[in-house]
Amino acid sequence: MVVGETVDGGGRDALGPERLVWMYTQMYRIRQFEERVKSTFTEHPGTIRGHTHLADGAEASIVGCIATLAPGDQVLSSYRCHGYPIALGSDTKLMMAEIYGKATGLCGGLGGSMHLYDPARGFLGGSGIVGQHLPHAAGAAWAAQIRRRGEVVVCFFGDGASKQGAFHESLNIASLWKLPVVYVMENNRYNASTRSDQEDANAAAGEPLSTKATAYSMEGTTVDGGDPVAVHATMVEALARARAGEGPTLVESLVYRLSAHGNLIAPPGVPLHYPEHEAIAIFGNRAEYESALRGDPVPRFRHRLVTDGVLGASDADALEAAAREEIDESQRFALDSRLPEPDSGLAYVYA
Amino acid sequence: MSHVIPYVAAIHEAIREEMDRDERVLYFGQNMATSPDDPFLQAFGPDRVRVTPISETAEIGMATGAAMAGYRPVVELYMAEFTLVAADQVVNEGSRFHFMSRGAVSVPMVMVAGYGFTCGWAGQHTGSLYGMFMGVPGLKVAMPSTPADAKGLMTTAIRDDNPVLYFHHYLLLLTEGEVPDGEHAVPFGVADVKREGSDLTIVATGHTVHTALAAAETLARRGVSVEVIDPRTIAPLDVDTILASVARTGHLVLVDQATRHASVAAVVAAEVAELGFSSLEAPISMVTALDSSIAYSQPVEDYVLPDEHKVVTAVEKTLGLAPVPA
Ligand SMILES: Cc1ncc(C[n+]2csc(CCOP(=O)(O)OP(=O)(O)O)c2C)c(N)n1
Ligand SMILES: [Mg+2]
Repeated sequence: MVVGETVDGGGRDALGPERLVWMYTQMYRIRQFEERVKSTFTEHPGTIRGHTHLADGAEASIVGCIATLAPGDQVLSSYRCHGYPIALGSDTKLMMAEIYGKATGLCGGLGGSMHLYDPARGFLGGSGIVGQHLPHAAGAAWAAQIRRRGEVVVCFFGDGASKQGAFHESLNIASLWKLPVVYVMENNRYNASTRSDQEDANAAAGEPLSTKATAYSMEGTTVDGGDPVAVHATMVEALARARAGEGPTLVESLVYRLSAHGNLIAPPGVPLHYPEHEAIAIFGNRAEYESALRGDPVPRFRHRLVTDGVLGASDADALEAAAREEIDESQRFALDSRLPEPDSGLAYVYA
Repeated sequence: MSHVIPYVAAIHEAIREEMDRDERVLYFGQNMATSPDDPFLQAFGPDRVRVTPISETAEIGMATGAAMAGYRPVVELYMAEFTLVAADQVVNEGSRFHFMSRGAVSVPMVMVAGYGFTCGWAGQHTGSLYGMFMGVPGLKVAMPSTPADAKGLMTTAIRDDNPVLYFHHYLLLLTEGEVPDGEHAVPFGVADVKREGSDLTIVATGHTVHTALAAAETLARRGVSVEVIDPRTIAPLDVDTILASVARTGHLVLVDQATRHASVAAVVAAEVAELGFSSLEAPISMVTALDSSIAYSQPVEDYVLPDEHKVVTAVEKTLGLAPVPA
């Protein structure tokens, strides 16, 4: 099954058993992929360079959103961008090869972890500069508005990004022009090593960050991003509004990233690795992190599907094994691929 | 007397000492001082040390406002690229106020940002953007290449009455070096001769100073004597020291991590072509980054950047030497 395919006789807005199992499969694939990226730092030191940001913890939110999309819809994201293309159907072999800097990568090794693009699958990539893709999403939504085919743009970004001028400028125009865009803020409670209540007026006042929508006279809502079904329901409404020409929605999806913000930032020569989560490393709050681990959305959703009789335990084991095999194969492909030609970077400066 | 510390520690040492010396110095930015045991927070308290949201326009704009109100803010911006979302605040606000107010207003602030993190940080976090700022009247631009200069230039930046962009080089952060004990201020607009030589002058900045020094060492083994000059600040730019050196050597190679037309090299080449033409015995040669964005993957990244081999080749060409196989 692919994104946008209607199943279970109820269209893509209905969550029948097949669709629920598809969602769990995507969540599990994303988790496997991210864990493999992370273990690469210790198992194949030096293979991944620069800065890598993982989506572990946000899988339910990502998949709950992507599951509502139809062909022709488009997605943009921040640098924390591995999850979306996986759910959109990008080849994980090419994605891993990109993160390993190989010629066979999705972008030939030119982009790397922070800069994945797969426009054929509706993934327009994003920006490594916080918040700067929010206007791009409004622009793509303007294009969709002109096309009049009912297509929608979904823009993923972090809680921290909502403190950029680009966020406020984009939401105002999107609301003013009734653009078909859904802004999905993945609120993982941290901007790198800063807690939201240290940097956000709404958070400090004990209010949800979706409050910001009020200033732009647009819909704003907060959802449990650990529950893909809840996310899906919220997105179905937001997308319906967007497709009907009723304008944008700000969806605050509450998630918790299960890894540190990114790998260690260090000049060459210092081995890169993933430090402990900031809750522990900076704030000494092991309890917060451990409680997030206990609420891990991936096992949580599996448990629910198995309990509800949607997915048999052995079927769950089988799909998990298949996902692990897929990621094994992706990693082998990436490891075995060659590096790009040194002068390949000069070929794409201009179109 | 001196002590050996990494480049990054030298930067912080200067900020700390200036904060001790002058209580008008403020220090703020993203992802700093978030926990109560932060050393700056402990030493100077939350009035003077603060974490900000990801809001560069407000951060730099507030530094400008606080400076106009009598403080001496140091705003930590991390990567040079992050200043770009606030480009107006960097180039078209504080830098103009002293002039437009006929001297009534001054804006003593320091914007601290790193650049050139070419180790897989890819297209949007590796730029060498200083060339964009070196021609902005009213704005000073410092670019230390050693721990001693990192400290000395920061001290001067904080004491300067103008907005200063202080660009540290990310690849140098952990490089250790001697820093003079006690107060250490390096004057702006005074280039440093990092190595003396008589056959050819190299002018380089930041990390490429070390590339140039390595090339000079290689060439010295072949009896070629290369002088390496680091301008240390590119605005103001010490053209005199460069001209005096070229007057002695007659040859000039410029090494720069920026792309050719956005480089300090292009400006130095123009100055020497106009003011030192009669000293030149051969055309000036520029070893810069190739005109491309920086790729993620190492072979492509390496390909576009200046390196020791490219510098040695440029020196050989300029001096008319036969290349020596490596
Ligand atoms: C304009 C800008 N400022 C600062 C940074 C450095 N930076 C990269 S990610 C990040 C934290 C972003 O937090 P958030 O938006 O909550 O996203 P998350 O990483 O938590 O998903 C920061 C400060 C940047 N990339 N761009
Ligand atoms: Mg966040």
